[in-house]
Amino acid sequence: MNRLQVHIASKRFGQAAPTLQDLRLQAQPGELLALVGPSGAGKTSLLKIISGLDPDYQGQVQLGTNCRISMVFQEPRLMPWLTVAENLHLVAPGLAPAQLQQALDRVGLGDCARRFARQLSGGMQRRVALLRAFLTQPGLLLLDEPFASLDRPTAELLRQQLLDLWQEHKPTVLLVTHSLTEALALADRVLFLGTHPARVVLDHAVQGTRPRALDSQAVQAMAQALLQAHPDLLRGQAQTEPAPPP
Amino acid sequence: MSEELKTGPAPGATVPQLLPRLLPLLALTLVWQLVAMQLHSRSLPTPWAVLEVLWQSLQEGELLFHLGRTLQRVAISFCLAMLLGVALGILMGRYRRLDQALDSLLILGLNIPALVTTILCYIWFGLGEGAAILAVVLNKVPMVAINLREGARAVDPQLMEVAQVYRLPAGQRFFKVYLPQLYPYLFSSARNGLALIWKIVLVVELLGRSDGVGFQIGSFFHFFDIRSILAYSLAFAAVVFLLEALLLRPLENHLNRWRL
Repeated sequence: MNRLQVHIASKRFGQAAPTLQDLRLQAQPGELLALVGPSGAGKTSLLKIISGLDPDYQGQVQLGTNCRISMVFQEPRLMPWLTVAENLHLVAPGLAPAQLQQALDRVGLGDCARRFARQLSGGMQRRVALLRAFLTQPGLLLLDEPFASLDRPTAELLRQQLLDLWQEHKPTVLLVTHSLTEALALADRVLFLGTHPARVVLDHAVQGTRPRALDSQAVQAMAQALLQAHPDLLRGQAQTEPAPPP
Repeated sequence: MSEELKTGPAPGATVPQLLPRLLPLLALTLVWQLVAMQLHSRSLPTPWAVLEVLWQSLQEGELLFHLGRTLQRVAISFCLAMLLGVALGILMGRYRRLDQALDSLLILGLNIPALVTTILCYIWFGLGEGAAILAVVLNKVPMVAINLREGARAVDPQLMEVAQVYRLPAGQRFFKVYLPQLYPYLFSSARNGLALIWKIVLVVELLGRSDGVGFQIGSFFHFFDIRSILAYSLAFAAVVFLLEALLLRPLENHLNRWRL
């Protein structure tokens, strides 16, 4: 249905060497996929291509028919002149006020509907952005380091809310992060990107049941084991395991 | 208090809040009164004498008629100039080619004296209402366009990306995401523009119309009727203050409420 298939033959900016080359990935409907790679690897470029924001590449992105895409950016990117409710209404105009209130209550922002973005904390703005992404009932949800630059308790709360919302709506999720433990704690599968040019260097299925806390022994052990088996993984040089064929 | 000064009095402003704004006007009136009493000359009647004339022409209906005609011209040419200028500015901010093609014309338009455009419009298109409006619009459009071009260039691409990813319909994209980013530029254009248009409309009326405040002031000038000139100016100033207080300020405060 909403099976995502991506093959980017090449993406370059101007005359420079390609940022992405021969990058293949696919995700099953409802799968939570994490993309890990060092900063500057081209993760954001990849999301921009998949989201349709950047049509300037060679390759193919296949989504299911009528697949809605949502995206949570690195910044909350709420419209500052709209209230929280208006921001949500903008992307989901069919939503009744009661439903909207219910959704806000769920993420603990019940009394913020009439506030402007400026009146919210950074963490609250992110929560609104996350909620906005789910309210459109997306088939594919792209998350671009949505928890970066948040303090730990706030980030932990948001991760939990992401999982809750995901389990309720079950969109396919592509989560870009530079944190290995975050990827292992959240995802069904983790793809590692190498740099210059970026492509998938390792495809790792995560074992274990949720919830997995970021600092739990299980996640820490998984990260350790991975790094021991592939010492160069996050430096982007590793080619220890070839990317699986599509 | 400093916030109050920046944003102006709220709709329910009290007398103590308005006082700092009224005081300079009262002082000016007082100085006027004193100088007029001292001079005792026909060229500077006292405020009281001017008010008498104002009241008289209000009762005769003459003042309101001419003021109405002027207001009508101001309103029409203001709306036309804003629409054209905003559209042009947005397009120029967005399309480099168009910007390059029109930039020198814009600078030319910005610097041609209002008197020249007015006279040329009257000569080419006849002494009619259309020519009068056209002259005002031509004077105003370049300023709006240049202002809005800056605004269009400063539009945040990140917010536009949100609109694109969520596939907002074109109307929503424009009115909810794009246009609000231009509000500050729109307001400065509207305010400066209104001030400019008042002035030009009067010149245009003086040169080629047979009604309106500009025409009247021209006739008073011939008869050296200073009291009437001042009375009309006073009525005019009152309208400007009312527009600012009842329309521009509240609208601006409403649209900027998210900044507080």
